[in-house]
Amino acid sequence: MSFISRGFRGRRRDAGDPGRVPPGQYVTEDFPVLSAGPTPHTPLDEWTFSVVDGDERTTWTWEELRALPSETVTADIHCVTRWSKLDSTWEGVSVDTLLEAAEADSPYVLAFCDGGYTANLPTEDVTGGKAWVAFGYDGEPLDPEHGGPARLLVPHLYFWKSAKWVRGLALREDDEPGFWETYGYHIYGDPWREQRYAGD
Amino acid sequence: MAGTAVRGRLKPLTWQIATVADAVDETPRVRTIVLDVPDWSGHRAGQHLDVRLTAEDGYRAEREYSIASAPGEPVAITVERLEDGEVSPYLTEELRAGDGIELRGPIGGYFVWDGEDAGPLLLVAGGSGVVPLRAMVRHRQRAGSDVPVRLLYSSRTLDDVIYREELDEVRDGIEVVYTLTRERPPGWTGYDRRVDADLLREVAWRAGDGARAFVCGPTSFVEAVAKGLVDLGYPPARVKTERFGATGS
Amino acid sequence: MEALDGNAIGGLLLEVFGAELTTASGTCAACGATAQVAELVVYLEAPGTVVRCRTCDSALMVVVDVRGRRCVDLRGLAALE
Repeated sequence: MSFISRGFRGRRRDAGDPGRVPPGQYVTEDFPVLSAGPTPHTPLDEWTFSVVDGDERTTWTWEELRALPSETVTADIHCVTRWSKLDSTWEGVSVDTLLEAAEADSPYVLAFCDGGYTANLPTEDVTGGKAWVAFGYDGEPLDPEHGGPARLLVPHLYFWKSAKWVRGLALREDDEPGFWETYGYHIYGDPWREQRYAGD
Repeated sequence: MAGTAVRGRLKPLTWQIATVADAVDETPRVRTIVLDVPDWSGHRAGQHLDVRLTAEDGYRAEREYSIASAPGEPVAITVERLEDGEVSPYLTEELRAGDGIELRGPIGGYFVWDGEDAGPLLLVAGGSGVVPLRAMVRHRQRAGSDVPVRLLYSSRTLDDVIYREELDEVRDGIEVVYTLTRERPPGWTGYDRRVDADLLREVAWRAGDGARAFVCGPTSFVEAVAKGLVDLGYPPARVKTERFGATGS
Repeated sequence: MEALDGNAIGGLLLEVFGAELTTASGTCAACGATAQVAELVVYLEAPGTVVRCRTCDSALMVVVDVRGRRCVDLRGLAALE
């Protein structure tokens, strides 16, 4: 039996409503910053977002992306490090809009980002109103430490899939593991089935 | 591997339970915790130890703290209470003499000073970065060394200076230079700004004299100072750095 | 939180490798830069610990606690000695 530190409780860990909070998570009011590398700072006049299909690219500049129809999204987000944040609000362009414009038709996508981070997803998990390229959080422009100018937002999966500093989606025939998936995290990452690690 | 000599018995590093012997308030937010560690193999000035706290529901938090005492003295750590902290409020406010605390150490073979070098020693501290450097100062005193030591210590205010009484009393070739970046007491004639190239040039030993430097504190502080010393001609291998990060170690 | 340096993983490396490694020399497989482990860039606030080359930012070492077991990936290092 391990040693218990008398009187230590740590941060308040509220398990919340099990209908709303996935197993093994606790609710936080904060928005913790987790980074695997330095915060990139691509100037907006150099920033682009692309859907890449082999040799073909469909690309939007920042202005072009912002000119697309966007929506406000309220979502619960769940980090694999066990915190969940309820009712977070975002503004972004639906990934459906981007993939339709690119006439994309592949079973998988690989999100790629400034700094080299990647995250793999089945295309059906980023379409049908399930994913956005988000540039606003809580009514403000998305902060660089949280992935600004834009990040992927895929709330129904663990938040490592919501790749920060996203620059595009590469269409893939195979479900090629992204950054964290390569290092032992689950290839899919459903918080409701607690798919944290490969083999879960 | 050169420089990784293990003093004493070679044994795997494992967690052990130490007992808090004493807790001393250094400043309103900083406390030194003196520990009684049953299975301690001794330590070198500059090393640190890992602390692990476990809540009743099994939740664990681990942090690293530099050892504040010199080799040969009882093991002590100095902890700054961070406003949004999870571990530091527990260590600075809840933990008391007689409590057990799980730790492992000593750890570190890079940011250490054993006093073997004759060259003058420059220690540059940003805030709680002073902790491992104070262990080096104490070691220098206890070892009867005559290596010239200068500690440049950047703090927000005089009240935030840790170990102030002790540092005000150093002599015999040890000097302390303070710079207060946010607020100065009336009549303050010392430095009053963040460490910059000019301040370093005035305070640092000349690079050509075989000087070596240890720089510790928040990441941005350490990187600016290390760059400044290299710009003054310090060979990079003679500038050792330990970054605490904005949220402490 | 700002990045730290290899001093911050001294305990982890001792646990995983059974040796004090902060003075060990790491060579980046991507750009060939060599540095002491203590001088590498360390990101602790993540789903895992990521150690990067100070010269080219490439990931040298990644440590993930998978179901309570430490998994260390060193593919980014050409050498560690």
